[in-house]
Amino acid sequence: MAGIELSAVQPVAKEWTEKLQAAGIDITSCYQCGKCTAGCPMAQSMDYSPRQIVRLLQLGLADDALRSRTIWMCASCETCATRCPRDVDVAKLMDLLRIEANRTGVAAVPEVPIFHKTFLESVERYGRVYEMELMMKFNMRTRKLFNNVDLGPKMMSKGKLHFMPPKADDGGAVKKLFERVRERRGN
Amino acid sequence: MRIAYYPGCSLDTTGVEFRLSTAFCANQLGLDLWEVPGWNCCGASSAHSTDQLLSLALPARNLAIAEKEGLDMAVPCAACYSRFKTVEAEVRQDEKVQQDVAQVIDMDYRATNNTRSLLEVFVEQVGLDKIEAAVKKPLSGLKVACYYGCYLVRPPKLGHFDRAEDPESMDHLIVKLGGTPVEWPHKTECCGAGMITLSPEDGLPLTYEILRAAQLCGADCLATACPMCLMNLDLHQESVNKKYKADFNLPVFYFTELMALTFGAEPKEIGLDKHFVNSLPLLAGIGKKETA
Ligand code: SF4
Ligand code: SF4
Repeated sequence: MAGIELSAVQPVAKEWTEKLQAAGIDITSCYQCGKCTAGCPMAQSMDYSPRQIVRLLQLGLADDALRSRTIWMCASCETCATRCPRDVDVAKLMDLLRIEANRTGVAAVPEVPIFHKTFLESVERYGRVYEMELMMKFNMRTRKLFNNVDLGPKMMSKGKLHFMPPKADDGGAVKKLFERVRERRGN
Repeated sequence: MRIAYYPGCSLDTTGVEFRLSTAFCANQLGLDLWEVPGWNCCGASSAHSTDQLLSLALPARNLAIAEKEGLDMAVPCAACYSRFKTVEAEVRQDEKVQQDVAQVIDMDYRATNNTRSLLEVFVEQVGLDKIEAAVKKPLSGLKVACYYGCYLVRPPKLGHFDRAEDPESMDHLIVKLGGTPVEWPHKTECCGAGMITLSPEDGLPLTYEILRAAQLCGADCLATACPMCLMNLDLHQESVNKKYKADFNLPVFYFTELMALTFGAEPKEIGLDKHFVNSLPLLAGIGKKETA
């Protein structure tokens, strides 16, 4: 990290503090005790610990948080949110950072948002997840074979993966639901 | 007792044995599960990592259908359950959220009904006494590590039915089924969730620690309420053994499978043969004490 220009980071700190407050997360109440990090099962795979992510935001270094590996390694286990003595919802904070990093195209571990996108396409199309297609599309899009190549056949041998897509019989309600969410987002 | 029922995507695919055993238990206990017609996927972590409104609207559509019917909702999958509880809480707290969600799903939804995990429905609504009375083949001698995982109990602000740290409802259930729950420290540790598949080197250590703790504490098997946890602990047990040069051979059950077995179900009819770690040798030994 290069030198920090205080006049540049202060507005960023203010912007994120307010944005998060609107979502019910008050980062100013975090006193950096580190309890969130102590209980985080994924901390060893992160570049910044959960506590450090909160600190980056307090300091106006949101860009570093958005470009971190941390937000994509977070398993959404809710341990941090359960144990924080200051009631900072770190798990939800991770969600909001993922959404913003994805929107601005700065995801450090692109495979994860690609997975989410592929998953949601399946839900939009069928109303439910079509696992076989999800796996195949994800493999193609990430241009690397599924990390666990033998999983598909293993699942199939137990009759757990289907060749046919699921049918929600929702009368197109889910497709319309997705459309309305898109309309509200303005794209 | 009648309750709306949301199986969720996993129960038609990777968790089909959860569906089969749930149906068996409900039938034995006179629980009338009304499957939500035209139910849709809850969006899982993909939705809440992508768009907040979408992550609320997807579960809400299912809940709205149950609400219209005047029914509470029973959800077997712990991960879906957590999404449902989140929506329920947000809609109750915030009028703007309630309106936004109703507009997007094009249905009225005011969260006047309650989401309940299937474990809660059995333990608290059907009741442990009724369950005990239905047991024909107790799990005598079986030592079970009750694994709750993340979503049945966290975060506590959602108002779950059991404690966030050291929950015990499943342990009480196992006692009534004639088994012995083991004391162990990993009841609510995370299994690694989707990381096991997306990035095994980051996820497998978590699965390993859970299996190791269960074995060290003397468990013969694990019981869970989450298809994702089950897949990680069962399907990936082989990868864990390979990576850590370990020799775990710990069957992992849905709690409903253990219930169904004690009620007299045949292993095959509830899909026990669909697990990757073979549980049949272990099961062959249970209930022997009573008959011998
Ligand atoms: S546990 Fe809460 S107060 Fe402590 S460092 Fe984490 S966010 Fe801050
Ligand atoms: S929710 Fe994410 S950041 Fe919080 S403890 Fe779990 S893995 Fe760590």
